Amino acid sequence: MSTATKPPHVIQAAPAFDVERVRKDFPILHQKVHGKPLVYLDNAATTQKPLAVIEAIANYYRHDNSNIHRGVHTLSERATEAYEKVRVAAQKFLNAADTKEIIFVRGTTEAINLVAQSYGRKNVGSGDEILITAMEHHSNIVPWQLLCEEKDAKLRVAPINDRGELLLDEFEKLLGPKTKIVAVGHISNALGTINPVREIIRMAHDRDIPVLVDGAQAAPRIPVDVQALDCDFYAISGHKMYGPTGIGVLYGKAEFLEAMPPYQGGGDMIASVTFDKTVYNRLPYKFEAGTPNIADTIGLGAAIEYLNQLGLEAVDRHEADLLSHATQAVESIPGVRVVGTAREKAGVLSFVMDEIHPHDIGTILDNEGIAIRTGHHCAQPVMQRFNIPATARASFGLYNTREEVDALVAGIHRVREVLG
Amino acid sequence: MSELRELYQELILEHSKKPRNYRVLDTANHKAEGFNPLCGDHFTVYVDVKDGAIQDVGFQGSGCAISKASASMMTQMLKGKTEAEAEDIFTRFHDLVTGHAGGDGEDLGKLAVFAGVSEFPLRVKCATLAWHALRAALRGEEQAVSTE
Repeated sequence: MSTATKPPHVIQAAPAFDVERVRKDFPILHQKVHGKPLVYLDNAATTQKPLAVIEAIANYYRHDNSNIHRGVHTLSERATEAYEKVRVAAQKFLNAADTKEIIFVRGTTEAINLVAQSYGRKNVGSGDEILITAMEHHSNIVPWQLLCEEKDAKLRVAPINDRGELLLDEFEKLLGPKTKIVAVGHISNALGTINPVREIIRMAHDRDIPVLVDGAQAAPRIPVDVQALDCDFYAISGHKMYGPTGIGVLYGKAEFLEAMPPYQGGGDMIASVTFDKTVYNRLPYKFEAGTPNIADTIGLGAAIEYLNQLGLEAVDRHEADLLSHATQAVESIPGVRVVGTAREKAGVLSFVMDEIHPHDIGTILDNEGIAIRTGHHCAQPVMQRFNIPATARASFGLYNTREEVDALVAGIHRVREVLG
Repeated sequence: MSELRELYQELILEHSKKPRNYRVLDTANHKAEGFNPLCGDHFTVYVDVKDGAIQDVGFQGSGCAISKASASMMTQMLKGKTEAEAEDIFTRFHDLVTGHAGGDGEDLGKLAVFAGVSEFPLRVKCATLAWHALRAALRGEEQAVSTE
């Protein structure tokens, strides 16, 4: 059985991962930027799309485009079937118990807002507390702040150590009778830390506190099993897992979703409407008001299938190899410091250079054809924790190679050369 | 590569490493913060204005080579200028870094080294951050100016 936090070295033999073959699936990679081959290392921001995804979307518009769930005609039937098939694929991908626990949303941000506004507004009151960690992305901070402001509740933040690891003891101490929700990232987008979500969930559940896991960075990197984790909510974004933008999934345990009021009102989320009373539709449609993003849902389905074919264990192993190769090489460059050195880590290498601002690093690397992210990575509190304004961040995807890591290292030397 | 050298000219690198007037100005009667939330650059600009003329300018904060050098050279450039002259220089400097200037910025003196920024549209905000803060300071705007 797969587990979400299984370290790469204990995974059993799996089909060989042929990165050169994989790269052929991604048309965008085969271009030059500033005269150099593109080295795309900004995968934590968004991933590139395989041909299978691009074609699934194009084919949908070319052959099947229609509104779903209400037409009696053939195209509508086809579109509905294709759309609902993705729900099944997402259910299996996350190992949810039932398809009705899979809600299509715009992305992780909307998923978290949905839980905050629906579950949160109903269950959080004055003086209550919501517990997050110090390494959260803004999308797992601000929706809770909005809720706290409205309800006069308090946002508590569990601290992290200098490696960027959650202090579990401190986290546990912050769980109290007033804690109504725990919301935690599975993998930190700024630091790469893999959080011990299973322990976090167990600690919270011992006190009957539900847990939302922000899985945006985990879904493309490690196998996720929501039943094994026993999380109450899990949020993912299609575009971070080789699918399109504008589509994501909120997994919620049926018992929670059933009891929650709708998030938005409109078509599709109703069973019947009169001016006196509206009866809401059953799950999952209660949370899918209006015509959904059908094409990108179908694109997400193609991305899930693509990941299934490669096998996330193999992807995880490949990226772990890249990360350790990159970490060793980058750390050995004089004047470079890696930010985020958790023992359990995936996908992300954030670093700073003495006397050189990340923004300048980004511009010079771009000139070498290397795309990285510079800035606070939508995690300003993380930057404050490490007392830095920003970092340069290389984040790896399944199509990256050791040669690209070497290009990054050469690029960093070049930064020193240009800026002296 | 040549574009990169155009951007990171020696003078710019020198100012970014040894910024001039990098200090809190005790005599300042105007100050404002400039903030670029995207890259985290953050400067405070201090100005001492008497009878419509800038007596002294200082700045502090953190930012990339471009933003720091621009702030440093701005402080040198504006000392002794009137507020109207400062506005005019900013307008011409802005035109230069956005590629809207007719010439090569010769009339801007040393600031002409920032002409290379126009090839890097994403860096225009870096080059103008301290200038926006300065303008806010002169206008007495309390709120930190953001380049977003």
